Amino acid sequence: MPPLGRRRWTSPTSSAKYGEELIKGALLLCALCLFSPHLGLSTYWFPKASCSSTRFSLGFPDRNKWTPIIEPQSFGVLPLLAGTVQVAVGAGIIAIPLGLGCALFLSEYASRGVRDVLKPILEILAGIPTVVYGYFAITSVTPLLSKIFPQTEVFNAASAAIVVGIMILPMIASLCDDALRSVPSGVRFAGYSLGATKFEVSTRVVVPGAASGIFASFVLALSRAIGETMAVTLAAGANPTLTLNPLESIQTMTAFMVQISMGDVVADSLEYQTIFAVGLLLFVITLTMNLSAFWVVRRFRKYKSD
Amino acid sequence: MYVGHRFLDDRSEKRAARGGSSTLPPGPILPNDQREFASNLKWRKFKASLFYGSLVFSVATAVLLLCLLLMELALQGAFWLDWQFITSFPSRFPERAGIWSAIWGSLWVITCTSGIAIPLGIGAAVYLEEYAKKTKFGSFIEINISNLAGVPSIIYGLLGLVVFVRTFGLGRSVISGALTMSLLILPIIIVAAREALKTVPNTIREAAYALGATKWQAIRAHVLPAALPGILTGVILSLSRAIGETAPLIMVGAVAYVAFVPDSLTRCVHRSANPDL
Repeated sequence: MPPLGRRRWTSPTSSAKYGEELIKGALLLCALCLFSPHLGLSTYWFPKASCSSTRFSLGFPDRNKWTPIIEPQSFGVLPLLAGTVQVAVGAGIIAIPLGLGCALFLSEYASRGVRDVLKPILEILAGIPTVVYGYFAITSVTPLLSKIFPQTEVFNAASAAIVVGIMILPMIASLCDDALRSVPSGVRFAGYSLGATKFEVSTRVVVPGAASGIFASFVLALSRAIGETMAVTLAAGANPTLTLNPLESIQTMTAFMVQISMGDVVADSLEYQTIFAVGLLLFVITLTMNLSAFWVVRRFRKYKSD
Repeated sequence: MYVGHRFLDDRSEKRAARGGSSTLPPGPILPNDQREFASNLKWRKFKASLFYGSLVFSVATAVLLLCLLLMELALQGAFWLDWQFITSFPSRFPERAGIWSAIWGSLWVITCTSGIAIPLGIGAAVYLEEYAKKTKFGSFIEINISNLAGVPSIIYGLLGLVVFVRTFGLGRSVISGALTMSLLILPIIIVAAREALKTVPNTIREAAYALGATKWQAIRAHVLPAALPGILTGVILSLSRAIGETAPLIMVGAVAYVAFVPDSLTRCVHRSANPDL
């Protein structure tokens, strides 16, 4: 090998170029794996799901009973949908004000040091597996609720809503925080220079400026609450009734899917196929919510970050 | 000019509107006006401190909830957690029950998942960040990734059930669960790795090119090592999500009474996150 100074530079050989292209192709293949869920969904899952949905004519208005396992069978998905909405709305009532408050505190009030402590705490809260939240609901929230309201059932919608609310709180907080921080600080200083208090700057300048991002974070968090499975399966019970009382036991769409796939239902039987129909409904709802959140951010964003 | 007062004081603004002179800047500050402004200031400052108090309240609630949750778990769980519990198989008798098969099931699934998802995720991120051109297609992929990350995990479970368990005939096995889980965490890894790659300054790439490096040489020797810490953070976070994820594995059918440790990719597993335990 000649010493370094004497070695002559050679242009990449054709085999090296070939290798480059090979690597590029391999990486492209990795990127295309992103579309494998779409492929799987569209080729295998949608036909199955849509076939079973038409068979059950889900959500048919005069059949608001959901009893697929016991005779007489009835496939009105309304009770499941109502249970899901009930839990999601309850979670939103808890998480939206608290989450927005946390985000405002983090982005407007907290010093760097406080922020560095609080952010990891919220991330821990976000990182706890959802099953653990389910146990928390059964062992802590429900006993507490039944002390206040003695008529509380063992499994109830309220405890599920509370823990799902705790679960989506960090998500709302961090997404709102991102949105609030994307408002340029010049706008804030303009507000202060006009004599506004911190409250006025926060509520009349920063929040309106970040409104699209804040709204999108609410929608995304609610869609997460709708798709949430284990916490509601454990906490809300398996009793698909059409009720408005949050202290009663209900069943959500996701909990139903878990119940069927854990039970002794024969594969490919009529009961078994209901999970695909319910899954399709769940998928459509969450996808619509997620897409609308992105659309809102794109369409109504006031300040661009960077 | 005297805009600050007008901007902030609703009442004087309304009065100006009633007077019909809203477009013209008002005249010099009247003593009357000044008094109103001063009294208003107290109220405004009070509102501001009230607001601050409510924000502190919401943060304190979040932190307290976390402490409560962790304390509950520790107080209720620590008593049961001993060596016998860890090394026993599930049993009908609570005092003899354990999670040995569940721990091994979790380890099997998580090892296979990381073997599949980490190379794919990092490769996809490198392609999207370094090779792909910024076009309409790029923004389509952007929306696509965020949407995939937003799909409920139970839907991935159904997908795994239909595709891996049934169509590919892999059965209710470690590999079905791991493939399903890989689909679930792939978007998370890609997003984190892309963020990390974005933070590598362009000058590093240009310096490598200036020395005659090919694109891949620049990426392998300079860009990837520089982005490695960020990529690893994302990988670890996504694996922790995967190990705690329950619903998709229930759908795939990785929940069963199992009294053995899986010894191959096609054996069925018992997961530690199983609520039946």
